Amino acid sequence: MAQGVFVVTEQRDGAFRKVSFEAVSEARRIADSLGTDVTAVVLGSGVEDLAGELEKYGPDKILVADDAALADYTTDAYSNVLADLVASVDPAVILMGATIQGKDLSARLAARLDAGLAMDCTAVKVSDGKLTCTRPMFGGKIFADVQIEGELQIVVIRPNVMEISENAKQCVVEKPAVQVGEVKTAIVDKNIDTGDKIELTEADIVVSGGRGTGGDFAVIEQLAAALGGAVGASRSVVDEGWRPHSDQVGQTGKVVSPVLYVACGISGAIQHLAGMSTSKYIVAINKDPEAPIFSKADLGVVGDLFDVVPAVTEEVKKIRG
Amino acid sequence: MEIVVLVKQVPDTESLIEIADDGVSIKTQDIKWVMNPYDEIAVEEALQIRDAQSGSVTVVSMGPAKAAETIRTALAMGADKGVHINDPAAEGSDPLATARILAAALKELPFDLIIAGHRAVDEDNYQVASAVAEFLGIPQISMVIKTEMADGRIRCHRTIDGGTVVVEAALPALFTTQRGLNEPRYASLPGIMKAKKKPMAVKTIAELGIDPATVGAANRKIRVAALNFPPQREAVRMVEGEAAADKAAELVKVLHEEAKII
Ligand SMILES: Cc1cc2nc3c(=O)[nH]c(=O)nc-3n(C[C@H](O)[C@H](O)[C@H](O)COP(=O)(O)OP(=O)(O)OC[C@H]3O[C@@H](n4cnc5c(N)ncnc54)[C@H](O)[C@@H]3O)c2cc1C
Ligand SMILES: Nc1ncnc2c1ncn2[C@@H]1O[C@H](COP(=O)(O)O)[C@@H](O)[C@H]1O
Repeated sequence: MAQGVFVVTEQRDGAFRKVSFEAVSEARRIADSLGTDVTAVVLGSGVEDLAGELEKYGPDKILVADDAALADYTTDAYSNVLADLVASVDPAVILMGATIQGKDLSARLAARLDAGLAMDCTAVKVSDGKLTCTRPMFGGKIFADVQIEGELQIVVIRPNVMEISENAKQCVVEKPAVQVGEVKTAIVDKNIDTGDKIELTEADIVVSGGRGTGGDFAVIEQLAAALGGAVGASRSVVDEGWRPHSDQVGQTGKVVSPVLYVACGISGAIQHLAGMSTSKYIVAINKDPEAPIFSKADLGVVGDLFDVVPAVTEEVKKIRG
Repeated sequence: MEIVVLVKQVPDTESLIEIADDGVSIKTQDIKWVMNPYDEIAVEEALQIRDAQSGSVTVVSMGPAKAAETIRTALAMGADKGVHINDPAAEGSDPLATARILAAALKELPFDLIIAGHRAVDEDNYQVASAVAEFLGIPQISMVIKTEMADGRIRCHRTIDGGTVVVEAALPALFTTQRGLNEPRYASLPGIMKAKKKPMAVKTIAELGIDPATVGAANRKIRVAALNFPPQREAVRMVEGEAAADKAAELVKVLHEEAKII
């Protein structure tokens, strides 16, 4: 009988993605409701020392799949290794984060294992031993409560939504033998953002600029820096070539769920809302009092962003020193 | 180069989505249906690769009768032929069943390259393309923003969190599109006229060797228990004040002292 919760964590260059801690914490909560245990898996090369970082979130067991062929993510190598590990553990639930890697990997794995998968979930509830997952659809216009049929349920969680909680258990770390199998893709080049840029989908605070910036993002960047947040953009801004595609928030861009989202000079088109409506707190700064963004915000300021945003930055600096 | 593009018809992103009386499906009558935006990018990329390499572009879509419009749109953009899987037994299929049916259709076609969208903006499943690749036993490269072809291999620049990587695979392979790959062309009037004469095969799932008892709404692995509207936010609170500095001070005060965010 399949049982237990199996969490697939994600690390890059020896650092866990934040959603990995969210996933292990959520796995612990689910496993406690089901009266079962949590196995967390770490994949990579030279990652054995990382396992310890997961222990405080409460797994019963950590499997470290360590192999030179897992140094960089490829769908083939990672799904081959995971399919083997899942076969040996035989879990009832697999949990992972809906990062770019997590979406790619979970979808391939679900097909391999013929298992139902709920993608990009914002909540998981357990009742009578059954999971009900909430997932936004239609760009967040609808929230669906779904249940997964079958022995194995794969739940992929939206980053930055679920709570990280510490709950250490007696934990064993194992290093199973790894079979990478046939790999039909090769990474021939990498271009990783350098510096201390905060990844948009992980940031607690996102300050986004729209067409209202006229392409001048200096004030947006300064506020983001003062708040320790990341910079996002509307599609118009990306279409103008003012910011890279990787900054785009929305239905055809990234989905972000920060604690605070500050929309500056963004009108609030439905496709933009699709990417940020699950943010916990939304502030809109716009010179047009009729801008639709105000109807989706918690707090609104009518004014010219070139006056308001620098003033906000000053006030933030007073608090943050 | 034989290229197959998977296209899905979805509600226009501007559409108002309403929950039907059954509580588990949406009202479809007032929706304007369009090609999934990521699939437009897929069609455009296929056309560009075909024009550089020669070969043909086949568009495959599963959906009800009206999905033929989306295939026609792709043909009008310049694709060569279409395959429409139209079968009531397939309606309501989950991503895995959809992928199984699409993979069965692909097995009947010659292909070197399959291009799909990385997600359809209806259910936002992000699954069908990967599952098709798995069922066909071919490699997948997702969220591609640039492609290069050389010696029977494809090289794709793909987005990852925090950067890009260049991934190479031998053909046949599947990749999914991301914004930034290209700007999809509009169908021209002559294109629309020509599309009417282009071949479009219509298939049932039985013709593809799929048992209707294994797919469709009754066999979903993902069962919708309820659809809801997103939780409503409280009405916006507008920050008052004369000068920008006053408003800024008030805004930060609320964020700091009440919301306790900063
Ligand atoms: C299929 C499809 C997918 C799409 N996907 C996305 C997506 O993923 N993300 C996305 O963002 N959009 C997306 N869009 C585009 C979307 O419809 C809007 O066009 C876009 O979001 C508008 O960007 P904006 O708010 O920056 O610009 P605008 O709508 O032009 O708004 C600019 C705003 O700035 C305000 N403003 C101007 N000057 C100032 C100033 N000095 N100070 C303060 N305020 C000022 C104006 O009052 C206005 O409200 C998509 C569209 C389609 C059709
Ligand atoms: N019914 C379908 N017919 C053809 N292609 C589809 C269908 N459903 C999904 N796809 C393809 O798979 C991609 C991802 O869809 P999804 O997994 O539903 O988000 C889409 O962008 C299409 O390229």
